[in-house]
Amino acid sequence: MAASNPLRYEVFRIYKGTEYPLGYDYFKNGLRKAFRAKSGLQDRQEIQKGIEQAEYVKKEVEALYYLKRYRALKQRYDTPR
Amino acid sequence: MSKLRILVPVKRVIDYAVKPRVNKAQTAVEKNNVKHSMNPFDELSIEEAVRLREAKKPVEDILAFSAGPAKCQDTLRTAMAMGCDRALHVVEEKQELEPLGVAKLLQKVVEDEKRNLVILGKQSIDDDANQTGQMLAGLLNWPQATQASKVEIDESDNVTVTREVDGGVETLRAKLPMIITTDLRLNEPRYASLPNIMKAKKKPLEKKSLKDYGLDVENRLKTVKVQEPPPRQGGGKVEDVDGMIAKLKELGAL
Repeated sequence: MAASNPLRYEVFRIYKGTEYPLGYDYFKNGLRKAFRAKSGLQDRQEIQKGIEQAEYVKKEVEALYYLKRYRALKQRYDTPR
Repeated sequence: MSKLRILVPVKRVIDYAVKPRVNKAQTAVEKNNVKHSMNPFDELSIEEAVRLREAKKPVEDILAFSAGPAKCQDTLRTAMAMGCDRALHVVEEKQELEPLGVAKLLQKVVEDEKRNLVILGKQSIDDDANQTGQMLAGLLNWPQATQASKVEIDESDNVTVTREVDGGVETLRAKLPMIITTDLRLNEPRYASLPNIMKAKKKPLEKKSLKDYGLDVENRLKTVKVQEPPPRQGGGKVEDVDGMIAKLKELGAL
């Protein structure tokens, strides 16, 4: 069975990645909560708006990843001594 | 304006977010089971090459290059996912090449592949040598602009490069062919999208060895010892102003 395979966790870890600053659980719960909060939407326009918001958040997350790296490199290579 | 045939050399390094550990024998940094990724300064050079194409400059093709073990191919695939057209991998498993060796290799590649613009990261975040671009410029006898923060190419092949220097900016101008190395604020590298990652798997990746170039790239440097920096000494706390003055007197500052 898959559950008893010791490599299962290893594969899972690679698949999900490890780059969650506050852990994968924090990310997963946050993500679920965000979607659940909107699960009652019926109106087409409302849903459309939700999708737009999700795309926006996606872009923001990307920007934050970029910023994190930029700041780390700036601190290492660009700080006047 | 002549066609741009761009070469972008990339290096696979330990990821910037990993805290490096020195191995037990104090001969090197531990590399096994450590996350690796593309040198961040090389991402900037790929982005710049791709942006030249997107700005409708006559870019004929963008060639990504890497020298090192088989895993460098992952890095080259990333480069192609970001927009390079093809890749060249010089397989070298035994030794880690030094900047001079890489520069000699790049010289051959530039000549073989008839490149007229090489964009390199100014340095890699593992050895921080900041030498390869300069050495390559020397070997080819081409003009170089290091640590570029802005790159412009006009109709008559003039390349204008802006660099951040102490207390201002410096502007350099030269004709193609040219060597450019990238600084942190040149651009914002994109993330490879999933469709582009899939497409990159089908782009051509050529494998070669040092023998194919008939080069002597023997390492000339010997690493004597690798040590971690001493841990930071914590500061002391003083109770009040008198305490602080007493402390300052004790340290001879007053």
